[in-house]
Amino acid sequence: MTDLAFDLLDRLPRFDGFAKQTPYLKDPELKRSRKVCPSLEDAIRRSGLKDGMTISFHHAFREGDKTINTVVDLLARMGFKDLTLAPSSLLNCNAPLIEHIRDGVISRIYTSGMRGKLAEAISHGLMSHPVNIHSHGGRVKLIQDGELTIDVAFLGVSTADCFGNANGISGRSRCGSLGYAKVDARHAGTVILLAEEIVPFPNAPASLSQDEVDYVVKVEQIGDPSKISVGAARITTNPRELLIARLSAEVMVHSGYFEQGFSMQTGSGASATATTRFLEGYMRKRGITASFALGGITGGIVDLHRKGLIERVIDTQSFDGDAAESLRTSPNHIEISTNEYANAGSKGAYVDQMDLVILSALEIDVDFNVNVITGSDGVMRGASGGHSDVAAAANLSIVVAPLIRSRIPTVVRRCTTVVTPGECIGVLVTDHGIAVNPRRPEIAQRLKAAGLPVMTIEELQQRAESLTGEPRPIEFLDKVVGIVRYRDGSVIDIVRQVKG
Amino acid sequence: MKLRRSMLFLPGANAAMLSTAFVYKPDSIMFDLEDAVSLREKDSARILVFNALQLPVYREIETVVRINPLNTPFGLPDLEAAVRAGVDVVRLPKTDGAEDVELLEREVERIERACGREVGSTRLMAAIESASGVINALAIAKASPRLIGIALAGFDYVMDMQTERGDGTELFYARCAVLHAARAAKIDAFDVVWSDLNDEAGFLKEVDLIKRLGFNGKSLINPRQIELLHNAYAPTEEEVEYAGRVVAAAAEGERKGLGVVSLNGKMIDGPVIDHARRVLQRAEASGTRK
Repeated sequence: MTDLAFDLLDRLPRFDGFAKQTPYLKDPELKRSRKVCPSLEDAIRRSGLKDGMTISFHHAFREGDKTINTVVDLLARMGFKDLTLAPSSLLNCNAPLIEHIRDGVISRIYTSGMRGKLAEAISHGLMSHPVNIHSHGGRVKLIQDGELTIDVAFLGVSTADCFGNANGISGRSRCGSLGYAKVDARHAGTVILLAEEIVPFPNAPASLSQDEVDYVVKVEQIGDPSKISVGAARITTNPRELLIARLSAEVMVHSGYFEQGFSMQTGSGASATATTRFLEGYMRKRGITASFALGGITGGIVDLHRKGLIERVIDTQSFDGDAAESLRTSPNHIEISTNEYANAGSKGAYVDQMDLVILSALEIDVDFNVNVITGSDGVMRGASGGHSDVAAAANLSIVVAPLIRSRIPTVVRRCTTVVTPGECIGVLVTDHGIAVNPRRPEIAQRLKAAGLPVMTIEELQQRAESLTGEPRPIEFLDKVVGIVRYRDGSVIDIVRQVKG
Repeated sequence: MKLRRSMLFLPGANAAMLSTAFVYKPDSIMFDLEDAVSLREKDSARILVFNALQLPVYREIETVVRINPLNTPFGLPDLEAAVRAGVDVVRLPKTDGAEDVELLEREVERIERACGREVGSTRLMAAIESASGVINALAIAKASPRLIGIALAGFDYVMDMQTERGDGTELFYARCAVLHAARAAKIDAFDVVWSDLNDEAGFLKEVDLIKRLGFNGKSLINPRQIELLHNAYAPTEEEVEYAGRVVAAAAEGERKGLGVVSLNGKMIDGPVIDHARRVLQRAEASGTRK
């Protein structure tokens, strides 16, 4: 043998029995059940979680989530401190976290958004460290870039087998797509599945796959699917929402992108659901179908899919039971991760192929910048979501909002907080008229030619102010309570503590 | 020839609705200070409506205020507020006879003089809500040159007649009486509200009936009804096409100084030309029927 070969052999390990790497293979029972933990506490102990580490969750159950609060309660009882909480988002139901922040169990938060009492407390300075607010795509980017390192992911699933093959479309509490959880399963140091039901191996489809899962623990209930629904299950009867919906549909139709094989994302909410319904008539009239609908998927989209008007449904989050059921039954309803959905750092995000998207706004200013985080009182009450992701990538982003909400203007001179830059927004549809971004003169020309009520955004802003009066400026303190991260990780704005 | 197909009722105490209702583009908007406002909100509703009427956005649409009857403590303050705020039309409820309109007119004129508003610029309409009112419809319709129209209000009327709302039989006489009075006085006639919002088919059936009877339009309680009503009143493409030819033939006849014009061998006279103009006006407002 040559010296080179000796050197190489010296460095390689010597064979030491078939089970050196896999000792459980010597025990037929252990080899099958080694991941299943008798209790959540046991799973946490085995995960190696320590003070100061980062834990993550998905929010597919939205207001019906029971996993986040249950796990953090237990971590508090087990004495953990100084954890970073990194769920894909937080909602009203997460108010119990306030206590755990006060007690030092949670010291930092990364989230897409927050609402209710928790958001109010944080806006009033509850935390020492500002919350990082990211988009759905931006969250994956932060994880890939190494800023957000998930040590332990706690992922609620309706069924899993003993090895961790899991999905959200079988079992009792079905949330549908596990688009957020897929990212955490891939990137977290340790993955713990909280499963309502442990089913015989192999569970299929495996939205989360056994090769990414460390532990499986059976729990009573992970969430209440009846509280997922965010949109109107039936079409709205609110005349203002119907008016906005009809105008939005007409904007889509006359945008220049309403052609055979077009793609769309309409999101949730009453106007969005109604827009989808109006689109059906226009699609039939013109004899065209959509190649795909993307994003958070509602029953309205599923209905058009079933009628053959939308060929494929690409689902990163199921917004209601109809969407979850369609994901289970339709071969053309496809579950994707948020990395595939909207990550700017991914090698291919579905949003890049998007033609038309309908987006919401808490505020939009005369430069078309959009705020979906803070209310007119400066308190956080929303979520970044996929807003900036889709707006950046779609061929035409259409923001829909009433001009005035309960006597508070939506179209303002300057947004309280910028989440999506105005350069990404093409059209604003309000109940008082439509404004087109001057960057898109061709769109303005098409909409005017179709007889739609096109005004300037300044006219809309002045109309709002003439009806409500000029709002008194919000009083903020110096302390920064939130950092709004753009989808590429950069800081686009900050949120300060509100006075009082 | 002002188009008045839809008159949208707005509860005067609802500030949010006052600031947005014009976006639904009814032909007229009626701020209600009477039945839709509870006793304890009468004053605040009056102030809200007074302010809403002065918004620039309400300059572009015909505004109507339904005041409380003048024999209540609210009637006169309502009238003061409406006239001073520049309302286009005051709607008087529960009009039983010509003297109700005459009293209203005197008060309006007094207020116009007091606030410096052009005398006669406040128009009136009267709502007929009782058997007496229906019997006196013609006198009411001719009681003031300020009147733009009379309206039948169904709820109180059927109560007074000791019956209830049904398939329309119960309103047949009243509708015909009000309509004839209006036409004789050459003013507009408005039909009752349809209150079952979820019964769209019933609403459209009633709209079809009153349109064929000859009503100018209807009072509405929900913006969702506006588009349905306007569409039902919209002419068909054939009607528009024919009306266009009638008006063109009439213009041609006028140019040539002809007394009588014919189109395809049929004589076209004044009423036919007027009807054609109304058809074109409705088409211009809401397009052709969908």
